[in-house]
This record gives sequence, structure tokens and C-alpha cells, in this order.
Amino acid sequence: MYGKGLKPLSIATVAMLVVALSLVFFYAPLDADQGFIQKIFYIHVPLATVALIGFIVGGLFAIAHLRTGNSSWDAYSYVSIHISVIFGVAVLITGAIWAKASWGHWWVWNEPTLVSFLIVFLLYCTYYPFRYAIEDREQQARYASVFAVTAGAFVPLNFLAVRMAQSLVHPRVFATSNGGLPGSMMLTFLCCLAAVALLWTTLVKFELAAKSASGQVKRLRRAIGAPGSGSTSRIAPEVS
Amino acid sequence: MTPSRVAFAAILGKDLRSELRTLQSLPAMALFAITTFVIFRFGLDRTHLSGSLAAGVLWATLLFAAVLGINRLFVAEREEGGFDAIRLAPIDRSVLFTAKVTALLVYLLALELIAVPVFALFFLDSPAALGPLVSVLLLADFGLAATGTLISSMAVNSRARDLLVPLVLLPLVVPLMIAATGATEPLMAVGGPGYHRFGTWLMVLGLYDLIFALVGYAVFDFLLED
Repeated sequence: MYGKGLKPLSIATVAMLVVALSLVFFYAPLDADQGFIQKIFYIHVPLATVALIGFIVGGLFAIAHLRTGNSSWDAYSYVSIHISVIFGVAVLITGAIWAKASWGHWWVWNEPTLVSFLIVFLLYCTYYPFRYAIEDREQQARYASVFAVTAGAFVPLNFLAVRMAQSLVHPRVFATSNGGLPGSMMLTFLCCLAAVALLWTTLVKFELAAKSASGQVKRLRRAIGAPGSGSTSRIAPEVS
Repeated sequence: MTPSRVAFAAILGKDLRSELRTLQSLPAMALFAITTFVIFRFGLDRTHLSGSLAAGVLWATLLFAAVLGINRLFVAEREEGGFDAIRLAPIDRSVLFTAKVTALLVYLLALELIAVPVFALFFLDSPAALGPLVSVLLLADFGLAATGTLISSMAVNSRARDLLVPLVLLPLVVPLMIAATGATEPLMAVGGPGYHRFGTWLMVLGLYDLIFALVGYAVFDFLLED
């Protein structure tokens, strides 16, 4: 059931990525100040936005799990956080490249957005050992949901605290007066954002479908008494 | 249904009494804090601290000492069957959360009653900063107690209790530490306490306390289900 609509969604994602990347390289003007390296902005910022929204979406799924007790919400929550953590790694790498190119350092500590993203990322990295340490499946799902809700509330609060603590070096692309971005750059950025959001959705659906399929295979093997049906992931939730 | 006030007083009284009789957490926390100050004294090789360095040493020490207490907060409930008793008792389960937060708050205040004067004795020129510091300590302790209770109750039912509390708690309290050190730093400035952005930081602390108290209160019930 998770595989339904996966093919059109994947095609739409690939098409959108192609459109967005061609806009980035052939349509959007070169940045007057930073030149070609500024193009990484079209990947870095959408990735960060989608990862953070993905963390919060994971928290919302966790709320649904706690309210209904339906374990498939837990699977949604787990996969949302999982894909967002992977996106988070990409955000930190692209961010470091951009920082090296435009500020001259791989990492800048007095930069609120960088630091708050790192803290959020570290917190969500502890989601895995936390889940792994609880053996009972039902309890594991419930505790993981409590974690996801707490961490979801933490994300905006953390950005507030870190931003207040430090200077404003990071480009405030949308906050400057009269819009900041010229129209052509804005269009490209929005296309990239849509493409990355689609990519996130597709990956989430793929992982859910894969988990569901392997769960079904395991159940079938058990039903016919086949050997070698062990070795399942103890971290990941089972999807029915 | 027993009224929540009675249940709250009973659980809190039980916790404080058992701590007074066994002295499991508090002496260890205080001793740890004092030893850490000594280590900072030689690690930094300074006899006087001021500004951000003083704030950092104070809060890092208090946080790590607090982790010791947070680790042990639910151990009795787990090992002596306290969780089952709470589940059986005709009380609102959130009472356990509020009572434990209060107990942890009392531990933290007792810890600071010992550790902060020692810190001032070791590193500060004048005790003038300690008066306004009390408000920062109170607000930060409340936030630390709320998150600490939540994480402790989650970790105690896992296989890796002692490992999980610091692992999950530390990133979670980073905003709290940013605000607490931000408020403490001008207080310990050279030449007497200053109040640069003091009120703003207190507000961030208050916001953090409010959010995590509400989140903890809302989700705690699910941790007790079985």
C-alpha cells in the first residue's frame, strides 16, 4: 500500500530536479558579490528548510501516534526524522563549502544559523541510540514519539536562543528591505525548494515502501517456515 | 481518586525523605562540583575568573553535576517497583511528573547552595554578583528540572540508562545554557556586575521553562503506560 503512487511521484521529482537545476545553471544570474559559488545557495537553503520542516513533521506524526496508538504513525515519524537527518548531513557539508568560499573558514562559530542547525542535528542524532536502547517494540515506539514531540518543540526555541546570542553574519536573504532577492533568483529558489521538498517526500515514501515490503516478506517466510528469516533491524519500526 | 495535591505532597515527601536517609545523590553532586572547580583552577591556571570564562566554568560544572542527579532520579521507581505502584494508585499520573520536577529542583537548589559559594570563594573577587545570580539560577534550574525529569524517565526504562541521559539531555539544554551564561556573563564582569541584556536572557529562560514544562506535562502520561 505504501508503494502506491510511487512511480509518478518519482518521475515528478526527477523532472522537477532537472528543471530546478537547469534554472540554477542557465537562467539565474551570477551573484555580483560572490560569483559562481553563490549557486550552492539554491541547494543548501532548500535542503536546510526541508530538513527542519521534516523534523517538525516527524513531531506531528509522533503526536498522531500518541493520540491514536496506531503504530504506522510511528513508522512515518521515524522515516521523516531519518530522511531529515540524512538531509542534515548534506546541509552541514554544503554549508561548510559555502562558508569556506564566501567567509574563508569552513566553520564559523559566531554564526547563529550554522550553530543552531548543528545543535538540532546533534539532538536528532541521539534519536537512534535512544530508540536502539529500548527493547520492547511498543514501548520503543511510544518513547520515540515522546522524543520526537519534545525535539520538535525544541527546534524553533533553539533557533531563537542561538540567534539572540550572536551577531548577524549569515545572509538574511529574505529579511532585507525591498525583498532582497531579484525576481529571477527568487523563481529559481522556489523551484529548487519545490524540487527538494518533492525529493524528501519521495525518499520518505520509498523507505516506507521498502520497510513494508521487507516486513511482508518476513511474515510470509515465517508462515512457510523458511530459514534465514531473522536479521531484522532492531532500530527501525516494523511497518505492517 | 486521591486529590492531586495530596498525591503530590506524598510523592515529593517520599523522595526527599529517602534522599535525606540514604544521601545517594546530593553529596555526590556537591563533591563532583567542587572537584570540577579544582580541576578548572589548574586546567585554566587562573586564580581569578571573570566574564564569559567565569560564566562558562560555573554553568558547565553545574550542568554536569546535575546530570549525576538526573541519572538517579527514577532509579528507585524502576528497581523497587515504584512505577507499578504509581500505575496502581488512584491518582492522576501527571502528578508524578510535577512531584519529580519539584524534587529535582530541590536537589539542584541544594547543590547550588554549596557549589556557588565555593565557586565565589575560589574564583571571584567580590560576592556582588551572587545576589542577581539567584534569579538566573532559579529560572535555569526550573528548565533543567523539567527537561531532566522527562529525559530521566525515558532513559530509566532503557538498557543504556547512564549513557542516554547525558547523550540526549546535553543538546536539549544548549539553549538553556546559552541563555544562562548570557545572563551570568555581565554579572561577573571585571569591575562589578553589569546588566547588559540581562532581562532579555531571563525572558528566554522563562520561555524555555514554560515550553518544556508544558511539553513534559503533556507527554509524561505516555511514558507510564505499559
